[in-house]
Amino acid sequence: MKPVVSARDHLAAVKQQIREETAHDAAQRLAAKPGPALIDVRERDEFEQGFIPGAIHIPRGNLETRIERNVLDHDAPVIIYCATGTRSAYAAKTLAELGYTDVVSLAGGFSGWKENGYEWKVPRTLDAQQFERYSRHVLIPEVGEEGQLRLLDSRVLLIGAGGLGSPAALYLAAAGVGTIGIIDADVVDVSNLQRQIVHTVDRVGMPKVDSAEIAIHGINPDVTVVKHDVRLTSENVLDVITGYDVIVDGTDNFPTRYLLNDASLVAGIPVVHGSIYQFEGSVTVYKPYEGPCYRCQYPEPPPPELAPSCAEGGVLGVLPGVVGTLQTTEAVKLLLGIGEPLVGRQLRYDALSMEFVELKMHRAADCPVCSKDPDEIEFIDYEQFCALPGRAVARTPQEAIAS
Amino acid sequence: MSTVRMPPILRQAVGGAREVDASGGTVREILDDLTGRFPAIRSHLLDDGGDLNRFVNVYVNNEDVRLGRGLDTTVGPDSTIIVLPAMAGGGSPA
Ligand SMILES: [Zn+2]
Repeated sequence: MKPVVSARDHLAAVKQQIREETAHDAAQRLAAKPGPALIDVRERDEFEQGFIPGAIHIPRGNLETRIERNVLDHDAPVIIYCATGTRSAYAAKTLAELGYTDVVSLAGGFSGWKENGYEWKVPRTLDAQQFERYSRHVLIPEVGEEGQLRLLDSRVLLIGAGGLGSPAALYLAAAGVGTIGIIDADVVDVSNLQRQIVHTVDRVGMPKVDSAEIAIHGINPDVTVVKHDVRLTSENVLDVITGYDVIVDGTDNFPTRYLLNDASLVAGIPVVHGSIYQFEGSVTVYKPYEGPCYRCQYPEPPPPELAPSCAEGGVLGVLPGVVGTLQTTEAVKLLLGIGEPLVGRQLRYDALSMEFVELKMHRAADCPVCSKDPDEIEFIDYEQFCALPGRAVARTPQEAIAS
Repeated sequence: MSTVRMPPILRQAVGGAREVDASGGTVREILDDLTGRFPAIRSHLLDDGGDLNRFVNVYVNNEDVRLGRGLDTTVGPDSTIIVLPAMAGGGSPA
């Protein structure tokens, strides 16, 4: 028979093997930047009642499996707390066994912290349904619950619900981007269905913004869809784009691309640019005043006879799926503030050779727009600038829908 | 000889090839060689004064020549040259 050890004696023995710290000492160390890593090992329902600012929440049961994702350096200082200092004592012993060398348990736990008048707050958290829906995001340290909450608060504007806007709408909805605005004044045509996967046969003839809204809500009813059933003009552009965090540009025409570029500089909104033609596409991020803008790259648009659209030249149906998905990846990164977005870099994709090439881009000192201050930028009539009489040159309205 | 990557809209004019070889020690000489052999592409690339059109970018080894020495940028025998006019095609009119 093994000797029975009481829980109390066992805890006392564990506390012999770990270090404890008072709330006073912990608060002092946490005030320094960078301070120790702070781990809250309580259960989720306890955490939701209040926590110490800066704490990473890893329930005791997940500690062994998750700690290394959050604290990479085994010699980094770590403070662990629970409600009263009991579970954190066991947790501190576990971390020592995992090779962490500088771990303390907060004596008195969260209760003692609160009683001594130190700062705490109630976390904004995902509700149970959201937690389940977005669990694969929450598991990634770079996203986590905080990142998911940020996505839920974010607003992305899609210029066009066509080939590039389709994957963007679907993946942004799936990712839980809280507000998706869509500008498109066209209706779904049967020739769109070869690549515009946000639309369906039974929605042919429906305005694209309505069709896209149905698809978005079919994936995620929590997303707010703002429908802009208009064409962008120099008069409405600023009203339409203001308030969005990121713009995903998937239009098929130069007047809109140039107008949007100038307006995004004034409004300070990054534009994730994508373009496609036949088997090739390109993606870049125009981040106002941090990297080049569209007019640094192309100061003037080509004359219409030298610039056929997809309606004229055709496009492989899956191409916008690749390019639009790359754009969406950049949009999500910008919203989360992670990684290295394609600022000052243009990624080109050739589907036939299955090659990606990265071209370097720089701000032009003599750029006609971004070399000026935002309040000096005037929106010009790009339809004249682009030598386009109206929107379409020798194109029937039917053709103009297609790209 | 250098290799010039042609954009889709100019491929027909060079016989359908995605890449064409051209000779010359600078971008200008390379483009002169190409436009001499394929006159139809001249108006796409160069303006009446012989300068690069403002809606076309040329990259030598993935760097925009306009930010270097423009058409006088030197080209080595192993250089890859990419010609890229602005492309509007995207998704949908907006
Ligand atoms: Zn610029």
